[in-house]
Amino acid sequence: MTERKPRIVAFCCERHGMDAAVLSARSGRQYDASVRLVQVPCTGRVDGIHILQALEDGADAVFVFGCLEKNCYYDTGSIEGRKRVGYVKQMLSEVGIEKERVEMFNAASTNAWAFPEAVGKMVEVAKKLGPIGGGERQ
Amino acid sequence: MIVAKRKPLNEIAEMLAPYKKVTVVGCRSCVAICLAGGEKEVKMLVSALKLKAKKEGRKQHVEGFVVERQCEKECVAEVQGKILDSDVTLSMACSLGAQTIGDMYPKHLTFPGLNTGIFGVPEEQGVWSEKCVGCGNCIIHTTGGICPIARCAKSMLNGPCGGSANRKCEVNLEVDCAWAAIYDRLKLQNRLDLMEQLTPAKDWSTSHAGGRRTYVREDAKLTPHQKKGKEAVQ
Repeated sequence: MTERKPRIVAFCCERHGMDAAVLSARSGRQYDASVRLVQVPCTGRVDGIHILQALEDGADAVFVFGCLEKNCYYDTGSIEGRKRVGYVKQMLSEVGIEKERVEMFNAASTNAWAFPEAVGKMVEVAKKLGPIGGGERQ
Repeated sequence: MIVAKRKPLNEIAEMLAPYKKVTVVGCRSCVAICLAGGEKEVKMLVSALKLKAKKEGRKQHVEGFVVERQCEKECVAEVQGKILDSDVTLSMACSLGAQTIGDMYPKHLTFPGLNTGIFGVPEEQGVWSEKCVGCGNCIIHTTGGICPIARCAKSMLNGPCGGSANRKCEVNLEVDCAWAAIYDRLKLQNRLDLMEQLTPAKDWSTSHAGGRRTYVREDAKLTPHQKKGKEAVQ
């Protein structure tokens, strides 16, 4: 029996987040191919509904990947992103879903290791927890 | 505006658990401004409820809609079909909205998704504070524009109580004493003489203590003839 592949969604800001992800690929680092990248102008643009919708549509885990908080291209976008991730985590806890399924990561554009590391952590979480509600993914 | 807060999700989920078809109705007025029951909050709640049902392996159809003002029958009527087509409606408006749906469709179940809190104003982003209790007889022209009924824990009318110290309220040391604020404001307006004027005991019959209140503006009411015409159009 083949091992089921986890489904991960990554919301990446188009500045440091995306640059770090691209740099990781250019520098030959590998990460799990099950991750789906969604490029957003800024992590401050990511709303709770985007994260919940991704989970509802079948993602096992979702993460938001953006600039370092004190080096955000749009100054406070990463802080907004973190706050929204925190709110979604709280909502998930209230309905009995593991809040670890949602995370926020920050990186500088030169951190080639950061994106594969974030993907690795989320793949681990997704494998440990499995799909929401169990059973096969749709 | 009316400020409300979403009930804990587990409480909402528990209320809705026995029902297969749920319609969530939000409101674009006060509760949208206070980030409790607007478009975004309804979508997030619907999503969270769907995830919970999925997690528990239950089949529950949840759909969300938002109306302009849930306290007005005309606005609620726009989603009448969706309301009546469900087993239960969860109102994401203040209690006025929830009761409007309940009054319009008395046989249908309508549950509250929010806890209605205060008449408040946004002090800063994400912070709302109470400034009126709707007592029905406004006196803020004598108190420098600051309401002692809403902002003083004891609703004192003639200056601070003995518990006021260092400009803070004895009930909650985080809260400023309303009468310290009133004194400052009157001083700024050069109207400190008002501090010495005695205000008699308040007539609370205009507040909720006098029972359910109804406000009527006779000139705005429809005559029987006008009502008949309106009904014919509808």
